[in-house]
Amino acid sequence: MSNSNLTRRGVLKTGAIASAGFALPTIFTASSAAAYMNEPTGGSVTLGFNVPQTGPYADEGADELRAYQLAVEHLNGEGDGGMLNTFSSKELTGEGILGKKVEFVTGDTQTKSDAARASAKSMIEKDGAVMITGGSSSGVAIAVQGLCQEAGVIFMAGLTHSNDTTGKDKKANGFRHFFNAYMSGAALAPVLAARYGTDRKAYHLTADYTWGWTQEESIKAATEALGWETVNAVKTPLAATDFSSYITPVLQTDADVLVLNHYGGNMVNSLTNAVQFGLREKQVNGRNFEIVVPLFSRLMARGAGENIKGILGSTNWHWSLTDEGSQAFVKSFGTKYGFPPSQAAHTVYCQTLLYADACQRAGTFNPCGVVEALEGFEFDGLGNGKTTYRAEDHQCFKDVLVVKGKDNPTSEFDLLEVVEVTPVDQVTYDPEHPMFAGGNLGQCNAG
Amino acid sequence: MDAILLQILNGLDKGSAYAMIALGLTLIFGTLGVVNFAHGALFMIGAFCAVTMQRIFGMSFETVDPNQKDFLGNPLKVKTPYLESWFGPETGAAIIDWSVPLAILFSIPIMLIVGYVMERGLIKHFYKRPHADQILVTFGLAIVLQELVKHFFGANPIPTGAPEVFKGSFDFGVLMGFDPNVIIYPYWRMVYFFFAAIVIGAVFAFLQFTTFGMVVRAGMQDRETVGLLGINIDRRFTIMFGIAAAVAGLAGVMYAPINSPNYHMGMDFLVLSFVVVVVGGMGSLPGAVLAGFMLGILESFASMNWIKSMVPGIDQIIIYLVAIIILLTRPRGLMGRKGVMEE
Repeated sequence: MSNSNLTRRGVLKTGAIASAGFALPTIFTASSAAAYMNEPTGGSVTLGFNVPQTGPYADEGADELRAYQLAVEHLNGEGDGGMLNTFSSKELTGEGILGKKVEFVTGDTQTKSDAARASAKSMIEKDGAVMITGGSSSGVAIAVQGLCQEAGVIFMAGLTHSNDTTGKDKKANGFRHFFNAYMSGAALAPVLAARYGTDRKAYHLTADYTWGWTQEESIKAATEALGWETVNAVKTPLAATDFSSYITPVLQTDADVLVLNHYGGNMVNSLTNAVQFGLREKQVNGRNFEIVVPLFSRLMARGAGENIKGILGSTNWHWSLTDEGSQAFVKSFGTKYGFPPSQAAHTVYCQTLLYADACQRAGTFNPCGVVEALEGFEFDGLGNGKTTYRAEDHQCFKDVLVVKGKDNPTSEFDLLEVVEVTPVDQVTYDPEHPMFAGGNLGQCNAG
Repeated sequence: MDAILLQILNGLDKGSAYAMIALGLTLIFGTLGVVNFAHGALFMIGAFCAVTMQRIFGMSFETVDPNQKDFLGNPLKVKTPYLESWFGPETGAAIIDWSVPLAILFSIPIMLIVGYVMERGLIKHFYKRPHADQILVTFGLAIVLQELVKHFFGANPIPTGAPEVFKGSFDFGVLMGFDPNVIIYPYWRMVYFFFAAIVIGAVFAFLQFTTFGMVVRAGMQDRETVGLLGINIDRRFTIMFGIAAAVAGLAGVMYAPINSPNYHMGMDFLVLSFVVVVVGGMGSLPGAVLAGFMLGILESFASMNWIKSMVPGIDQIIIYLVAIIILLTRPRGLMGRKGVMEE
């Protein structure tokens, strides 16, 4: 008689557990057979589109998703090709990427960092996404960029305007096409000086998170360099909806400019409240009180309605641009969806094409190959004129648009007018600029 | 001094909204004994009644203008509202301009129906269940309602303007001998405050001076005895649920021009309104109104820069801080009745 405790059931149980353990995908580690994380092996390649499908930025997310779907169609040779026809690089031929059909999965960031990381993780681990892109908030973008760096996949940032994304939180696997807060300040300052003078007193209301802080810092630096004085800078909670108690103290100061470092619903509500309390009719020392919204979008302008008229801000791109690339994109998007694309849609469409082109040029989906192909890449034909992906921080450098809320819109989409195209040289800064210092790209990670 | 006066004024409109929502919450709790976490959603639905009214009045037909181009370069489709076509441009535009006040008429039956359906269809099944179950089911209902609104109206705020005549602000400062433009208050916020006062007054008058109200008040004191007298108290309480829903809806309709409606606005008010109910005293209607205005004004004060410089973040916690102090010193709230939620 044997003393062994082995039983048939025990062996089966242990075997099942051991098999399950071995079969589990090793989290964030490329399998031994693969050269890098999620190397595509079949006839298709999967991209992960991580956008807010619920939450306060869901409308931006929906527009981003439309643009992603359009980009996938164009990459696979469907539709009219959009900006593939105007893109200066001619590597993409409408046969997918490196001959593989492009497929995609989507995740919902909910505009929350933890939810965004969870959905990106799921797309990498379960769906085999070789690249993650999206986001409509800097907090989300920075969180997901960090995750992609750890996981060994490329992150192509969507709508993120904080200096930190390509500043202190930059990562080798992350790339940003969208402009940033510093660029907004640099582009806006000369226009503000020309229109409002150089001896203004500004009062800032700032959304209390990474994007708001860096935008306030950038606009303050740019306007103080003009000779403006910053009277006060007040942080407002991101969840705030009624800004009247933040607006009324402005009346008690001698400020003659209100800078709203707010985006989305925050901006719509704070601007509405400022108009309600008569700030646009207010006179200070014989001059008109002015309101500035440094980061504008058409979707926000629609929300703010009439209040947006005459207000200055900056934007990454606008559908009314007349260059060949912008027109091709507007035609493609407008024909498919019935309305013009937003700047969020434009930037994510560009990011998808830029990623696909980089893979094509590198001849691989390996993140390190893609990083090498994108670093220092110069291109044109995507709606922003000549653009460079700077190697030192993975930030795109291109012209910046200064826009104004249109006084007499001709349609529900015709809300902003471009008052100046600020040349790229004017918004370029040193990679070690104090507002961007403290970060380290590190090495690319292929998983 | 001018800053203090300005913040008192500023707290009045928010206090008005808190008071109206808290009044409805207290009515439902006092009559049906239900903790209704979907009450904020009713406020939000009211605001979207205003949006819907604006859209109905703005319904247009399209005519192609070959002289103008759309964003794709095709002939522009010019939209003309039916109202302007039927009643002439001036009258039509005036009706559209007054869409928010006119939405009051539209929202009352809608909110009564929503309240009735909500109570009969869902909440009545939870009368005898623990409060935790009621909170879970009504909170779930609130999420469903807000997701429905988001599906149909989108996630971004929708501008819903007040009539042109109420745009702009009144300069209280000049009236009181201060400099111009120092104490100003938007006309529509004044309208909102007076509107809230009328609605709250009407609810109290209804409960105080009508037979129906008297029966409801008696039922709130002792439901069983009123039932034994042969009065169908359940039916009256269901009607009160509809009235509470209508009050929340009216608060939402008139709030639309103050802050552009968005699907999440109900949740923003809900938690604070519950604090208002607790501070006012569970089951006390005057307590809910008093606490609503008090906390609205306190919240406004706490947003003053010099107060925030002394206690950073005080504007975010002031209401909860006051709630803690009041509950420690007066456990039943300001005007709470003995025995409510104490068994």
